[in-house]
Amino acid sequence: MELSSQMGSSSSNEGGLNLKLFTAVIVACLVLAACSTTATDEPTELVLLTHDSFALSEGTLDAFTAETGIKVTVLEGGDGGSLVTQAVLSKDNPTGDVLYGVDNTLLTRALDLFVPYESPALSSLDPSLVTDPRVTPIDFGDVCLNYEKSAFAEIAPPTGLDDLLQPAYANMLVVENPATSSPGLAFLLATIVEYGEDGWQDYWTNLLANGTVIAPDWETAYYTNFTGGGGTGSPIVVSYASSPPAGVIFAEEPTDEALTATVTNGCFRQIEYAGILKDSEAARKLVDFMLSKDFQEDIPLNMFVFPARTDAALPTEFVDYTEIPSNPLTMDPETIDANRDRWIDEWTQIAAP
Amino acid sequence: MDPNRRSLRWLVAIPTLFLAYFFVYPLVSILWVSLTSGDGRSWAEILHTARIGKVAWFSVWQATASTVLTVLLGIPVAWAFSRFDFPGRRLLRAAMTIPFVLPTVVVAAAFMVLFGRTSSLPLVETVWIVLIAHVFYNLAVVVRVVGGMWESIDDRLVEAARTMGANRWTAFRTVTLPLLRPAIAAASAIVFLFSFTSFGVVLLLGGIRYSTIEVAVWRRYFLLDLQGAATLAVIQLIGVTVVLTVYASWQRKRQTQQTVRAGRLPAPIGWKQRTVVFGIIGLALVAELGPLVTLIVRSFKTSDGYGFANFAALTNPDSAFLVTPATAIGNSLRFGLAAVALAVLIGGLASVVIAAHRTSTWFDTLLMLPLGTSAVTIGFGFIVALDWPIDLRTSTMLVPIAHALVAIPFVVRTTVPVLASIRNHLREAAATLGASPRQVLRKIDLPIAAKALAAGGGLAFAVSLGEFGATSFIARPSTPTLPVAIFRFLARPAEASFGKAMAMSTILMLVTAVVILAIDGYRAGDL
Repeated sequence: MELSSQMGSSSSNEGGLNLKLFTAVIVACLVLAACSTTATDEPTELVLLTHDSFALSEGTLDAFTAETGIKVTVLEGGDGGSLVTQAVLSKDNPTGDVLYGVDNTLLTRALDLFVPYESPALSSLDPSLVTDPRVTPIDFGDVCLNYEKSAFAEIAPPTGLDDLLQPAYANMLVVENPATSSPGLAFLLATIVEYGEDGWQDYWTNLLANGTVIAPDWETAYYTNFTGGGGTGSPIVVSYASSPPAGVIFAEEPTDEALTATVTNGCFRQIEYAGILKDSEAARKLVDFMLSKDFQEDIPLNMFVFPARTDAALPTEFVDYTEIPSNPLTMDPETIDANRDRWIDEWTQIAAP
Repeated sequence: MDPNRRSLRWLVAIPTLFLAYFFVYPLVSILWVSLTSGDGRSWAEILHTARIGKVAWFSVWQATASTVLTVLLGIPVAWAFSRFDFPGRRLLRAAMTIPFVLPTVVVAAAFMVLFGRTSSLPLVETVWIVLIAHVFYNLAVVVRVVGGMWESIDDRLVEAARTMGANRWTAFRTVTLPLLRPAIAAASAIVFLFSFTSFGVVLLLGGIRYSTIEVAVWRRYFLLDLQGAATLAVIQLIGVTVVLTVYASWQRKRQTQQTVRAGRLPAPIGWKQRTVVFGIIGLALVAELGPLVTLIVRSFKTSDGYGFANFAALTNPDSAFLVTPATAIGNSLRFGLAAVALAVLIGGLASVVIAAHRTSTWFDTLLMLPLGTSAVTIGFGFIVALDWPIDLRTSTMLVPIAHALVAIPFVVRTTVPVLASIRNHLREAAATLGASPRQVLRKIDLPIAAKALAAGGGLAFAVSLGEFGATSFIARPSTPTLPVAIFRFLARPAEASFGKAMAMSTILMLVTAVVILAIDGYRAGDL
């Protein structure tokens, strides 16, 4: 009040207006303050920072709260790239306790953010997924070629990356731009693993010469270009091993036949990790919970990736309509990190000279 | 200087503080953090790798071409909507705003059907599709900003010119056009900034050959190259500041004042005028709504014909992270109302000050700058900066604040030209009769500005409904709005999911039309 009366005294006929303005500012500040969630050290509340593809069944997180008394708030930070960038930028004062959703293509830059924690449940996981004590693998997904089954009544579907160069498969493939799309980058990495640092450029030159279409993102590729997703032009698409079962599960009319199928050769494995940003007993419990059977078995039908736990039961659609590639292509995160920019630049030169 | 109006100067404090804390401070913070995070690369090296020459040139020329096209095509439409009354006028004008709010991924889907590789007009991955999409998106801006001004022009001025022997064209050129010029300039500035910083359109429709600086910034962030992203963002910021400074100083030199019009709009008279008016409106509607029809048709398509199956399925979400349309509409409207309240309050105050010539060019430029700043940069700026003095980074309020940053320029640009054109003698007369500055503001400026504020408020609401700007790059609690719900369906690989996404898009279109109509209705009722 003292400040407002000082302001008011500068000119008598302005007093009313200024007082009003001053009050408005104060009210605005109070509203902002009241609406903000202030950082809390209480271990009874956790913030889980994740990407906007995060999804779980109703009640899954409530079960954790019921069991431990810890409330979990989910914050979505855009796509995977945006999420990791945010976490890197807020390193000194993290916006969440646990981050879930960094994958092996972005892992190296994010590793420093995390407090090491090795969950007792690690022993139940596929050992090939475990890489660094600072992060815990939660799920994996394979970026694979998918094809529309009905388009391959007369010729056999492709069996791997080599086939895509055959004239029989000319003008059939749509891929995503690796500079702007996460499955697009995974597919580029798959070709680099398969054909080597000196061979992938030729492969791509030939692939593009064979009439490959480049889409900016997965949504455009799948729904606009891929004939198996309602689009026109391309019966083969770079998508996920889990896409065919998704087509069955979300079909309008119940069906027992998938319209699309996965090519299990030439797949690139994306592994998603969780890591602790702010260490606490509660945060560790949340990581443990993410490796529990309940959580792990809830993953496939919500996020369409495969659980990291080997003993997690898969939904029947995942068993019937796709298979987990037995020998997916992989690359260690350090190699990806050291070369990604250069590879994308080189790819861009080849695709848009 | 007019001593009675000196008190208005205080008004400048609120918009300035708001922008300082929610725009300048985050922006400076992120640029500082990023530029100092480097690995020793020089500016020249970064700019060379990013092919800055090519990218900057494309940004500038396509934005200029988009602006010229949008304004040329928008002026006749603004005329038809603002000078004549006819049944359904407000409904049709509200419908014209729908394209403005649609997420790019939805519009891209429609454009792919019309201009895709297998269509009869395969324009995808050419520059033409980029220009067409920019006109499609921004026509509503010209119609509302220029139309808002045109509605308040006194016909007696034009009639006087005609009485003195001027033909229609001469009367338009010498009377109407000079009066409209500030509004046309304002609309041009907005369309230019939108096109210059175009992201989704260029990325989704332009193919890999075309890139704006905005797209390049986003790509650098996607590669976690903070230094590269910030360097490019600075280049973009410099470009935008130059354009805005030129605009602000130009606008300052060309103020016109007039007596504002009161009274009702006439219906078009005679078959000739009717043909022209309805012809223009018909063409505009076909161009703006035609592409959307493909989406609406798709939303009703089911496995065995047409029906409401997609809409029915929406009410029964099969995941905790999907929402019913009612919840999504509720979330969108709540964010929208908060964003509009902020934008109208702050933009309104700023307009009063700008129109009264109580500020310098920098203030005007500052207000417009968020519209021309890389959205991803502002978004990450929030993350870096807004934990001081209180941690706002994860606050729900951050979403409407981000919307308001983009919406304020719309409010300012629709309101200033109208306010500035109020004849000073109206205010002076009021003051002479003993009105205090506050009373002058309330009795003279505000009623006249209300119309323009509502036009700007409508666009502000549209900005919020369409989730423009930094919101996709800030962490937010799980409150799915309509666009977010659309994205969630699109993220699922199933044809049926696409149908549901289109159904949600149809609902977004409907909500937009209703909201804009309500705001326009308020305008009519208020005056």
